[in-house]
Amino acid sequence: MKTNTRSVLQEGGMERPLVPRETRLQEFWRLLKRNTLALLGLIIFVLFFCIALAGLVFTSGTKPIFDPAMVRLQEKLRPPLSSPNLETLLPEEAPRLGVYLFGTDDLGRDVFARMLQGAWVSLTVGFVAVGIAVLIGIFMGGISGYFGQNHVRMDQIIAGFALLLGVGLLTAGAAFSGAVLLLIGSAYIPFSLWWKKELGKGPPPNWMKVFFTGAVSIDTLIMRFVDIMLCFPSFFLILTVVALLPASMYNIMVVIGLTSWMGTTRFVRAEFLSLREQDFVTAARALGVSNWRVIFRHMIPNAIAPVLVSATIGIATAILTEAGLSFLGFGVPPPHATWGNILSDGKGFIFDAPWLTFIPGFAILVVVLSFNLFGEGLRDILNPKLRERY
Amino acid sequence: MLSFIGRSIIQKIITLFFVSVISFLIIHLAPGEPSQVDPLNPKFTPEMVERFRREFHLDRPLHIQYLYFYRDLFTGKTTSWKDNQSVLKKILERFKNSLWLFMVGTLLTWTLSFPIGIRSAIFRGGLYDRGTTFFAYLLISIPGFFFAYILIIFVVNSFHVPVIGMETFGIGEPPWYRWFMDRIWHLLIPSVLGATGGIAILSRYVRSQMLEVESQDYVRTARAKGLPQDQVHYKHALRNALLPFVTMFGLILPGLIGGSVIIESIFSWPGMGRMAYEAILARDYPIILTVNFISAVLVLVGTFVSDVLYMVVDPRIRL
Repeated sequence: MKTNTRSVLQEGGMERPLVPRETRLQEFWRLLKRNTLALLGLIIFVLFFCIALAGLVFTSGTKPIFDPAMVRLQEKLRPPLSSPNLETLLPEEAPRLGVYLFGTDDLGRDVFARMLQGAWVSLTVGFVAVGIAVLIGIFMGGISGYFGQNHVRMDQIIAGFALLLGVGLLTAGAAFSGAVLLLIGSAYIPFSLWWKKELGKGPPPNWMKVFFTGAVSIDTLIMRFVDIMLCFPSFFLILTVVALLPASMYNIMVVIGLTSWMGTTRFVRAEFLSLREQDFVTAARALGVSNWRVIFRHMIPNAIAPVLVSATIGIATAILTEAGLSFLGFGVPPPHATWGNILSDGKGFIFDAPWLTFIPGFAILVVVLSFNLFGEGLRDILNPKLRERY
Repeated sequence: MLSFIGRSIIQKIITLFFVSVISFLIIHLAPGEPSQVDPLNPKFTPEMVERFRREFHLDRPLHIQYLYFYRDLFTGKTTSWKDNQSVLKKILERFKNSLWLFMVGTLLTWTLSFPIGIRSAIFRGGLYDRGTTFFAYLLISIPGFFFAYILIIFVVNSFHVPVIGMETFGIGEPPWYRWFMDRIWHLLIPSVLGATGGIAILSRYVRSQMLEVESQDYVRTARAKGLPQDQVHYKHALRNALLPFVTMFGLILPGLIGGSVIIESIFSWPGMGRMAYEAILARDYPIILTVNFISAVLVLVGTFVSDVLYMVVDPRIRL
């Protein structure tokens, strides 16, 4: 009887577990091909990536192939596709392609070379800023979703507060009191470890109970912090910080990253809260898998879809923010070209030299649009409701 | 309901306290000092700098400065470091200018996005739907400053009207209808620009909300009993789809003070955003902190209002 059922199970197709007919990647590609706009976005994105990489290679170094900083005052404000006046130029000043592909600006610099240089800035700012935001977001959201129910004890809060206040007082100039608080705070950490080892078996004495009650859950703490961060008007905050810090590309990336992780945190927390209750996580924990392995091997791969979508759209937003900052004059410092400051330099000539506005403007528009379209397409593709089941 | 209101007010006050601390720290711990903003000015002798620092409590420890600043803010005595004028008065003056942009922009957003969103939901997958979808992404992706220049070139070249500033420079005392039209032209482009992002996002949201309601059982029932299409769409579907939008009235509040820095500086519009921008350039900390504080208050009030409105309109929600 038993063997009979087994053979039936193996031959009768219904109950036998089927190997998926296609891998995840094949399925992804098939769904992507149906979504024309998303495919278009991906193609433009790949193109943009290649152009930015080429731009980095061709415009950097001491003798670049396309020199974005070469000033030719006799050739200023030439329209796109105009050929240079070779009699007035030194041989090494002539544009590399024979024509000014995108024209020249008010100092006679080749806009094509400047656009190439600016592409790399847009790309790195977008990716690094979003990378920072996603890392912080996954970290905070993961802690909040997985360990969120644990409570922070009163003594830990007091120690943390002492540490923070110590750092604050030190930076504010009050050296002695700051150092004392810092010392007390950091001395508490080994003390509490020792305490746990020595007296962890019995309950703490009565008078100390007040220090060992849980005051506030980690989840509440992190989510309230997210609320606080969301109260700041984001562009205004970025502008303030960037204006106060010395101008550099890295500051902009870090500042944009540090002010845009809140959305990811909320997504990851929500995903973790629902994943934690699912059977495969319970099974993994029942097998004795460690917390970190459960998080990294079982939960993050399942929570990554909304993060990917919001990251793709976040790159678009970061590129727009960087262009806006450059436009206001707070971007990458001047000799270096970015799309935002090419446009900003050209704003005095919008009627005489409209290409200085239109070329960088269209470039930003197309790149940001491609990221947005690809991100929205990704949202559809990764949506399990749209997948076909075999 | 009352306990919810009480709890959330306490929570929001705590949040506000931390916002005030963090923004104060960000501003004051950044490198550079406001007293050194103009080192080449010959009038800035060391004695002057010393007097300046004493006058604005810059020589005190940070936590004392914090207490001084917020005491002044709540008693309304904060003064700008730049010209010694009352910050609240300055903000109020600029706020009146920004209010026009905000009102026209909001009006445009809310009147345009609903018809667009509803229509593309009704004709789902059709040419109109796909067209508006693409157009919405286009509007979200276009950099505001680039769009501003396109509109400037277009309007100036085809209508020959000046658009920069709040009114034409040196217009004098024209008859009232000319003055009115002049104001309208100057107001139109910045507020259209301010509304574009909102129209794109809100119309997408209306569409998805409509689609969700249209797939509900009661809409199918309404269709099955033979009601005319218009009645199904507008009476059964739309009324239920409107529910979440009531709460959005609370969420537009922060826009009151946000005022786009970029658009206002392109159009030389003397509004809030531009004032904040100038304050950042001049390191005028009281103005930066006050604008930040007010906008945080508006965000918190906005979320509070939207929570309460949601409870009022949706009987299923009892927080």
